[in-house]
Amino acid sequence: MLEPLLSALILAGAAFTFIGSLGLVRLPDFYTRLHGPTKATTLGVGSLLIASALYFGARDGGISLHEVLVTLFLFITAPVSAHLLSKAALHLRLRSLAALPPEEGGEKPRRNGPPPANRKPE
Amino acid sequence: MTRLLPHPQVALTLAAVWLLLANSLAPGQIALGLLLGWAIALFAARFWPQVPRIHRPLALLRFVGVVLIDIAVANLAVARLVLGAPARLRPAFVRVPLALRSDLAISVLANTICLTPGTVASRLSSDRAYLLVHALDAADPGELVATIKRRYETPLREIFEPC
Repeated sequence: MLEPLLSALILAGAAFTFIGSLGLVRLPDFYTRLHGPTKATTLGVGSLLIASALYFGARDGGISLHEVLVTLFLFITAPVSAHLLSKAALHLRLRSLAALPPEEGGEKPRRNGPPPANRKPE
Repeated sequence: MTRLLPHPQVALTLAAVWLLLANSLAPGQIALGLLLGWAIALFAARFWPQVPRIHRPLALLRFVGVVLIDIAVANLAVARLVLGAPARLRPAFVRVPLALRSDLAISVLANTICLTPGTVASRLSSDRAYLLVHALDAADPGELVATIKRRYETPLREIFEPC
């Protein structure tokens, strides 16, 4: 009874993690790529952790709480790293599909054309 | 608080985390957890100039529930965007004007924005007047700002900064 449920959760987790990584390949610029791996994975890792908690809870006949901690640390660290990456990208003025606000030094969206010499190419 | 116990909540939280790590409720572990919580809170006190105060714990619980549901729903949305046609994305930087004033509340808001897929908090302006947010697909930036303010900022104000 438990096994199909666990399998489904693990497969769903793997699928979401994969989609998050796929975002790295498919999305067009640095800022949009940031969204894939940092966050489409929350649900993926979440499913895996629920599966893990259920499995160890059923095996040892108690509640497995390590997964709660993993979730907690993940929810604290993932946004901080995403924020720092994005802040660093703003600082380096990476090419962006979205128009940068004027105070960040953006004039217009650089959608086409080669990147200017002083900007970092992809 | 007193000088010897600057942050009771932090100490208790750290003790709880220790017990979760140890996965046991043995008296020795409880004592060790409390000792660690006390010592770490004491040494980290200078990073926390203000004592965070949670005024409405029930509102905090509701907020956590709302965020968890949003994470699940928004994950599906981002998965669809990634699998769909990335060329049709409309990424945008939007400025979210902040009504929050305390460090902790702003950190929690930025953290929440980063956790809900589709938005990353990129930069806090130096005068803390607004938060620069990058959205993966914003058809209507004004609507996005309104949603963030209504769904996340208003409850956070009630929890951390009641007037």
